[in-house]
Amino acid sequence: MTNSRVISRTSSLDNDYKYGFVTDIDSDFAPKGISEQIVRLISEKKDEPEWLLDWRLKAYRHWVKQDFKEPSWAKINYTPIDYQDIYYYAAPKSDNDSPNSLDEVDPELLETFSKLGIPLQEQAQLAGVAVDAVFDSVSVATTYQDQLEKAGVIFCSMTEAVRNHPELVQKYLGSVVPYSDNFFATLNSAVFSDGSFVYVPPGVRCPIELMTYFRINALDTGQFERTLIIADEGSYVSYLEGCTAPVRKTHQLHAAVVELVALDGAEIKYSTLQNWYPGDKNGEGGVYNFVTKRGKASNDAKISWTQVETGSAITWKYPSVILQGDNSTGEFYSVALVNNHQQADTGTKMTHIGKNTKSTIVAKGISAGKGQSTYRGLVQIMPSATGATNFTQCDSLLVGDECGAHTVPYIDVRNPTAKMEHEASTSKVSDDQLFYAQQRGLNEEEAHYMIINGFCRGIFQELPFEFAMEAQQLLRVSLEGAVG
Amino acid sequence: MLEIEQLHASVEGTKILKGIDLRVNAGEVHAIMGPNGSGKSTLANVIAGRPGYEVTGGKINYEGQDLVDTTPDDRALSGIFLAMQYPVELPGVRNRQFIKAALDALRNRRGQEELTAREFDTLYRAKVEDIGMDPDLSRRNVNEGFSGGEKKRNEMLQLAILEPKLALLDETDSGLDIDALRTIATGINGMRSSDRAFILVTHYQRILSYINPDYVHVLVDGQIVRQGGSELSEELEAKGYKGLIEPANRGNS
Repeated sequence: MTNSRVISRTSSLDNDYKYGFVTDIDSDFAPKGISEQIVRLISEKKDEPEWLLDWRLKAYRHWVKQDFKEPSWAKINYTPIDYQDIYYYAAPKSDNDSPNSLDEVDPELLETFSKLGIPLQEQAQLAGVAVDAVFDSVSVATTYQDQLEKAGVIFCSMTEAVRNHPELVQKYLGSVVPYSDNFFATLNSAVFSDGSFVYVPPGVRCPIELMTYFRINALDTGQFERTLIIADEGSYVSYLEGCTAPVRKTHQLHAAVVELVALDGAEIKYSTLQNWYPGDKNGEGGVYNFVTKRGKASNDAKISWTQVETGSAITWKYPSVILQGDNSTGEFYSVALVNNHQQADTGTKMTHIGKNTKSTIVAKGISAGKGQSTYRGLVQIMPSATGATNFTQCDSLLVGDECGAHTVPYIDVRNPTAKMEHEASTSKVSDDQLFYAQQRGLNEEEAHYMIINGFCRGIFQELPFEFAMEAQQLLRVSLEGAVG
Repeated sequence: MLEIEQLHASVEGTKILKGIDLRVNAGEVHAIMGPNGSGKSTLANVIAGRPGYEVTGGKINYEGQDLVDTTPDDRALSGIFLAMQYPVELPGVRNRQFIKAALDALRNRRGQEELTAREFDTLYRAKVEDIGMDPDLSRRNVNEGFSGGEKKRNEMLQLAILEPKLALLDETDSGLDIDALRTIATGINGMRSSDRAFILVTHYQRILSYINPDYVHVLVDGQIVRQGGSELSEELEAKGYKGLIEPANRGNS
């Protein structure tokens, strides 16, 4: 169905990051730096209600108290971020402040999406994917609204949600990731400019997969999206996000927050292909990706995170589930690939509170070049979580001998009935495996690729089909130069 | 097809092959026999270009081209297939997908179109049946969780689908029960043709009662000490390596 999209996006395979074009569009910038004025300006630009401005200001004041001290426990090294040298708001300029339909969207912007292989108008519909595209910080267009409206599903930008469904936003914003949660989430709470919002009514199975594409474009711009997904009782939704950024010599900051709320009996499946610009071969440039993602599952609810992380210079990301309700389920499936000088510190946190809660963690780390990959996870069984079970599997694969893989699993059990299983492995692509594949006629690069792809199989199976195809291509592109 | 002249080879600095001469023409089946540690597996791996098997002297000519500096995949694409003594597992890699990729690469090299998924599927099923492989295994990952015998069958499956010009079988018969041995021998006999050659590396005469070789070479301590027709393997079976070699050595000295 969407094969054409996948192919068109990967037809020009070369060694360089292939989404690295810059679109020349007039951007409407707020001045550089962060201050209470800027927070007020963002809120004002978006015509926000008083309560939201207050919430932003609370977050800002809390953030200032932290005196630019980022959390330092992750195994990553990076040049310090100058928070006053970042634009906190950049909206692509259009005649209207926010376009009401695709016809009103800047054609050059649409061209950008088509270069990314995101066919907003036609192919998205063929693919049955509703796309909400966040360009820099403002949500540009959402396709496929009619069908969703019939089902009663709300899928729009956060800005629209604040305007049209304030009661939902006010009720759930910060309910899973409070503004005081961590340094980056606090910063996001103060300055977030847009993001996606989803609400699925009780008992509704969302008829199509929802998709958001994020792209950072403007120079020195931080991107702070805020995504909120609410699956009401007994509903189901599958949501996909993809990310790209242009090639920049300087680092760009991306600090997003995603909150998932799965009410009783609801299920949310959240899939990510993260392909932000990883920096060049010498480690210059690349996106700093500090993201907070968390879901809260009520009784009998299920939240499943699947991520394929191939981009960014730094990835700091722990999609987590609070298993609040009895019989709730949390899942985390991850492939994290680092090449050249990339560093990834990623994992999950499963907090078991309800009875008979169940979590599954399968994390696959691939390190190539000089890349460093760390799995960091916490499984916490609270005293109330009688009958909780967890299965954790962490596998690392090394390609070459200059890379590193690290596994840091924390287990905290406070209820004696818990059942915990943990498996971990570290392996290298062996010479025997390579020879075997080469002896059948595959060249060294193909042989590597096939073995690595096999290593990831269990995770790719969790992705929607067309996304899985794309994930395989992403792996191939990301590995170029590392093997062969 | 294959001309080996005064081949010397080392593994991890230890000299294994000490001057091998061997000529194999299309259509012929050669058996390389010898006791453990004689270098017969090394010979097969050196021809296939396995890393770590260093050629320290001599020539390997295949279809008029010196192979010594070519990569294993190049050799594979030019029609050399090695059925391995210890086939490795490729976790997560589907067997069917793996063999399809190999066949695609070969067909590309030969200037043929790749088979469609459907065409390949038909071929794959047919060969799985011929080889007597469990269809459930054929849908699994490459050799993952296979028994020793199942791995050998999988090598034969690949041989049958990839249709090489020169097939090297490295102790494919070892560890097989009599039924499996017979199936595999039948498979090989069925593939014998005027444009294909086989080199069977084997420790036992057993498989040679099903596959009648044109030539038998006895390898001892890195050198070919006896050559002959299929009657040589029978003599070997009767006398054992010791009985066969000692008079020969005496004769040489």
